[in-house]
Amino acid sequence: MEKKNTANKKDVLCYHCGDACRDESVEDGGKHFCCSGCKLVYEILRENDLCKYYELGEKPGITPSVRSKVKYEFLDDEQVKKQVLAFSDGKMSVATFLIPQMHCSSCIWLLENMHKLDEGVTYSRVDFPKKKATIKFNEEKTSLRKIAELLDSLGYEPSISLDAAEKKIRSDHTKKLYYKIGVAGFCFGNIMLLSFPEYLGLEKLSDPEFHKLFGFLNLLLSLPVFLYSASEYYISAFKGLKNKIINLDLPVFLGILVSFLRSLYEIVFQTGAGYMDSMAGLVFLLLVGKVFQSKTYDSMNFERTYKSYFPLSVTVIRSGIEATIPLEKLKIGDRILIRNNEIIPVDSILFRGDGSIDYSFVTGESSPVPKVLGEIIYAGGRQTGSLIELEVIKNVSQSYLTGLWNNDTFRKEKASRLKTFSDVISKYFTLATLILAFAGAAYNMQESPDKALNVFTAVLIVACPCALALAIPFTFGNLMRIFGRNKFYVKNTSVVEYLSRTTSIVFDKTGTLTHSGKSDITFRGKNLSAGELSLVKSLTRQSTHPLSRKIYEYLKDEKTLAVTDFSERAGKGISGRIGNNFAVIGSEEFAAGISTVLNETSGDNSSRVYFSVNGESLGYFSIDNSYREGLGDTISALEKKYDLHLLSGDNESERPFLEKYFRDPLQMYFRQSPENKLKYIKALQSEGSSVLMVGDGLNDAGALKQSDIGISISENVSNFSPACDGILEAGEFNKLPDLLKLSKDSIRIIITSFAVSFVYNLVALEIAFRGLLEPIIAAVLMPVSSISVVLFSVLLSNFIAKRRGFR
Amino acid sequence: MSVIVVLIAVSVLVAAGFLAAFLWAVRNGQFDDKYTPSVRMLFDDEQIKEKKENK
Repeated sequence: MEKKNTANKKDVLCYHCGDACRDESVEDGGKHFCCSGCKLVYEILRENDLCKYYELGEKPGITPSVRSKVKYEFLDDEQVKKQVLAFSDGKMSVATFLIPQMHCSSCIWLLENMHKLDEGVTYSRVDFPKKKATIKFNEEKTSLRKIAELLDSLGYEPSISLDAAEKKIRSDHTKKLYYKIGVAGFCFGNIMLLSFPEYLGLEKLSDPEFHKLFGFLNLLLSLPVFLYSASEYYISAFKGLKNKIINLDLPVFLGILVSFLRSLYEIVFQTGAGYMDSMAGLVFLLLVGKVFQSKTYDSMNFERTYKSYFPLSVTVIRSGIEATIPLEKLKIGDRILIRNNEIIPVDSILFRGDGSIDYSFVTGESSPVPKVLGEIIYAGGRQTGSLIELEVIKNVSQSYLTGLWNNDTFRKEKASRLKTFSDVISKYFTLATLILAFAGAAYNMQESPDKALNVFTAVLIVACPCALALAIPFTFGNLMRIFGRNKFYVKNTSVVEYLSRTTSIVFDKTGTLTHSGKSDITFRGKNLSAGELSLVKSLTRQSTHPLSRKIYEYLKDEKTLAVTDFSERAGKGISGRIGNNFAVIGSEEFAAGISTVLNETSGDNSSRVYFSVNGESLGYFSIDNSYREGLGDTISALEKKYDLHLLSGDNESERPFLEKYFRDPLQMYFRQSPENKLKYIKALQSEGSSVLMVGDGLNDAGALKQSDIGISISENVSNFSPACDGILEAGEFNKLPDLLKLSKDSIRIIITSFAVSFVYNLVALEIAFRGLLEPIIAAVLMPVSSISVVLFSVLLSNFIAKRRGFR
Repeated sequence: MSVIVVLIAVSVLVAAGFLAAFLWAVRNGQFDDKYTPSVRMLFDDEQIKEKKENK
């Protein structure tokens, strides 16, 4: 039934994954598959009667990756198992897998029908936003490793890491916030209901006993709000005072406290109805603002350390026997085995096999680097090709790359050096309110102490910065959502604010300014014969220059020959003798002997490498330098307002090209180690700059952490990215200037909202000053001003974002 | 007029019941994942039946 397909398959899409089928595609029962991997998944699903998978979504499948048999062997290790399993009683076990590939409803359906594929699975539940599958299974019938392998064979490669424990804390916090809102909402509603006679002026008509009863009921209902729902504000205000900072929570706390105490007094001594409704409403609205602000991108992880990149265990050879041990137990001098597509977890020396190491995690550079026996291989690289044997020369935590995490920067929580807008304004706000309150009290003192107290408390109640406390979370929260719609995902709302303070921007080069895909190479000139191409390949093989490596990669099908008399001249090119031919590759002057001034710098974003044999120039390779689209415009837009820097781990070969973009060549630094990058940022900060770091690889991890805002550029958001404050999808790189502008607008929006709320406050203050603050006025004014300010700030930020061309 | 006292007591009790239900739902994790259930309910009835049998 199965046969090799020879027909033209240009328009045939794979039944499983929807990719175009190429020549090597396979057919089965009238259905086409792009590869045998996809067909295999289809067969598994068909055998188990799970073809509904294909009805639920359009081409939902994922091409499974080529799998090595022992990839999940470490999951048999008891110690690893203990760390991965959420629960186990020896018979029943529960494991939660993070599955980044999950993307549609078919995925949910298939993953929740795992029991049909493996008898041992008794239950599986998917949490789609978090991209997690919780699977309960019978240890006697199946094993953790088997389930991981099954998921992998279906194309849902589980990402297993031991770093998962932290997330639970956050979800508990959200739950607490929901409890508080629930309680506040319940009390607020009932207090308002019981205050209705008061609002309508009925209390004079009815029995005074009711009046008393309602008052005490209100008091009772306000207790949970005052003691429980609002507790976060007291804690925050006191924490601020302890650190000698007046934050916005302090005037909020004053407002809540004073309105509660005055209401308590009025109710107990029967002098009025109190402001319990306003107090409960304020707390309720403030908490709603907190929820709006607390939006997070659950499926993304902003806190990754090297541990989430590295495997959990490694195969060692001790006295001739292979064993899988957890990574922490690895010692210097151990022999380890690294298979195809495995990551090298520790600095080591290549002992046996052909090393071809892909350092894309570390540097963003995707072409593999060949390594020979005896060479040091740094941790973080991924072996591509055959099995290699390595000898460990350093501890895992002290390797070149991981040593970065021993730096102090990673020990402490990233405490921001910047004062937030609300911190700045609340100082003056609190001061002004207190002065007004005392002035009001002093003015009325002559009349009667009672009225003085009345005015004093009324001012504090009215001046409570609820509008401001709401405008801030709603504006930033809304902008965070707008950013998210435009594929820029930030960790929390304060990132939006810090972004607006940026004065310096530091870029990484590889993977940030360049895209990591393969670069386009074309040869212009004489048609080269196979012999001539193998000359080029043989020669470029000797050189580590990035352009040489690119050409070498491009000519991967050619033969390599022995080279004699090889010489490399920095900045010019390489030459060597192969058989009877003397070949030169390099700059135009070096290789072709002449320099045509006209073509010197080709404006078409590409580098040219000339090639000549025995003195005869044959033409040049035009290498697309793979800079991101619109880089020039982006840089020149940013250059006007920000101080730009470039830190690259690469050599200086790209300097001339980059100099066209970066105005000040002094601010470009090459051959920077991860440690250097971190120190550079620190130095900038000590000069008073607020630094935005834009990077991508693990080698930027230190700089991203140290900077005030670290943005990681990612080709695919569900992929790995180092710890950062925001993840920007690579295709949106050219939106960076607009995103920064929008973050600046946010401060203006808040100031405008504040001005609006100030008008309300003036009116209310006037009433408060005259000692006429009736509960009904407070009860109406408070929600009206709050809600109108919230609406104003959300609509204004939407409007501005639209005008800036955002979705 | 004392009927109002009874009514208020009842109304507060009913509201407290809803509050309890809400707190229970949060505690139970019903607000943890606000997306997946919306998809899950669209899968065919037959599948759900089978799932129950297998439990």
